[in-house]
Amino acid sequence: MIKVENLVKKYGDHIAVDHLSFQVEQGQIYGFLGPNGAGKSTTMNIITGYIAATSGEVTIDGFDIFKEPEAAKKCIGYLPELPPLYFDMTVWEYLIFVAELKGISKNKRIQQITDVMLKTQVDDVKDRLIKNLSKGYRQRVGFAQAILGNPKVIILDEPTVGLDPKQIIEIRDLIKKLSNNHTVILSSHILPEVSALCDTVMIIDHGKLVACDTPEQLSKLMSGANVLDLSVKGSKEDICKVIDSLPDITGYELKERDGSDYYDIIIKTEDKIDIREDIFYAFADRRMPIIKMQFETKSLEDVFLELTNDENKKEALNEGGEAEE
Amino acid sequence: MKAILKREIKAYLNGVIGWLFIAVIIAFVGIYFTAYNLSAGYPYFSYTLTAVSFVFLIITPILTMRIMAEERKQKTDQLLLTAPVSVKNIVLGKFLAMLIIFFIPLLLFSFYPLLLLSFGEVPLAECYAAILGFFLYGAANIAIGLFISSITESQVIAAVLTFVVLFIGYMMTGICNLISQSGNFITKILSGFDMATQFRNLTIGVLDIRSIVYFLTVIGFCLFLTYQSIQKRRWS
Repeated sequence: MIKVENLVKKYGDHIAVDHLSFQVEQGQIYGFLGPNGAGKSTTMNIITGYIAATSGEVTIDGFDIFKEPEAAKKCIGYLPELPPLYFDMTVWEYLIFVAELKGISKNKRIQQITDVMLKTQVDDVKDRLIKNLSKGYRQRVGFAQAILGNPKVIILDEPTVGLDPKQIIEIRDLIKKLSNNHTVILSSHILPEVSALCDTVMIIDHGKLVACDTPEQLSKLMSGANVLDLSVKGSKEDICKVIDSLPDITGYELKERDGSDYYDIIIKTEDKIDIREDIFYAFADRRMPIIKMQFETKSLEDVFLELTNDENKKEALNEGGEAEE
Repeated sequence: MKAILKREIKAYLNGVIGWLFIAVIIAFVGIYFTAYNLSAGYPYFSYTLTAVSFVFLIITPILTMRIMAEERKQKTDQLLLTAPVSVKNIVLGKFLAMLIIFFIPLLLFSFYPLLLLSFGEVPLAECYAAILGFFLYGAANIAIGLFISSITESQVIAAVLTFVVLFIGYMMTGICNLISQSGNFITKILSGFDMATQFRNLTIGVLDIRSIVYFLTVIGFCLFLTYQSIQKRRWS
């Protein structure tokens, strides 16, 4: 559906997007994930034709966005970070204007606008001036604008920012529903949102694609060796003795819990071996109670941090140095 | 293009700016018309239009300052540039919208010579040639304002800069005389932007094709520059 190849965008010396390549298939929800300034919005702005790329290619449904912009733009509905609203218009006037802009034929216009207003629940404010609307309503009007005209691809830049929890759930449901017959790309830095919504997550950092997979695969990919997390009551020597007596353990860490005689232990084992029973009996024999024991699974958050962290630190140091100068 | 045209006209007429533009131009032309044509009994409406041409310096920036700068500031250009509309049509739609607003007072003025007709003989052809010249001069000023509005995000900067540029175009005869009375290489180049003289050429009873072509060229050139400045921003 969308093919991005070797996309580069430079602002002077600063490289915002660095040889980015990916493909988007029809009928799925894709999530762009990345820290601030990672190049998510820039990439979206290029795909939608708002800004041009320094080099590289973007094709939407077979149309090159640089060579056949109008045909390509017809396939896209876009909600930028800041909804592009005219404050001097009412919601209804605005949607009529967008419909005309998108070239929706006159006899379908009213029907389609009524349709998207119901979907985004803005029909009760349709005669109000946009400048008098709250942020949540403005966001929804922006959303209505994006899905007007049934574009094949819907691109949403942080669609749930500024909404209350109830609205967020509604918008998420709407995005889910849309994915039945649209391709949706959304960017976010809210991780639960991405893992709840998206079929595929693309993690972007410093303009580069660092990972692209389903949320489950990504968590699995990163967890690697089995890690057990447990808390045991007892003295340090005793605990070490017990653990040393157990087979298949590749390493462990001990940490005393403040103000109690509990120790938090992280045990690493060989892959795919479950030694929880062994641990239980070993400690039980010595009458040392285990109060917590569980496998550590990595959330998308950990994956995200792990993939983007090292470079972030370096960057932060660099920036700090520059600021001091 | 039609969608943009319609929106801009609505925005002008729903707000203050469109009406302010129309009111100021009608007021000034009305005062001069009353003084020269009605009170003094002078039948040349062209004379009134020449005298009142300075009004563009004030009202053109009012009309044009927001046309592009505001879109950029409010980020609504993101909607226009990601919609299946070409940049060319965006520029044309906006320019035509302003021309239509400008056309409303002109429509009224085109009755003024007929009004004079009831008091005696009026050189109608000359009057209407002057109205055409007034229209072209105004349209060229609006095109310049459109271009300047497209290079900045700030309406204030757009307004001030437009005023300065239009003022230079209005005063160019004087500026050239200041540099050299007899004329030299520099004044020859500078007089290319002598818009006031080109307008005066159309008010003296001759339908000077050169001046018509001159104004059309200025308009075309400014629209082209506007198009380029929008494209350039996308690339940088």
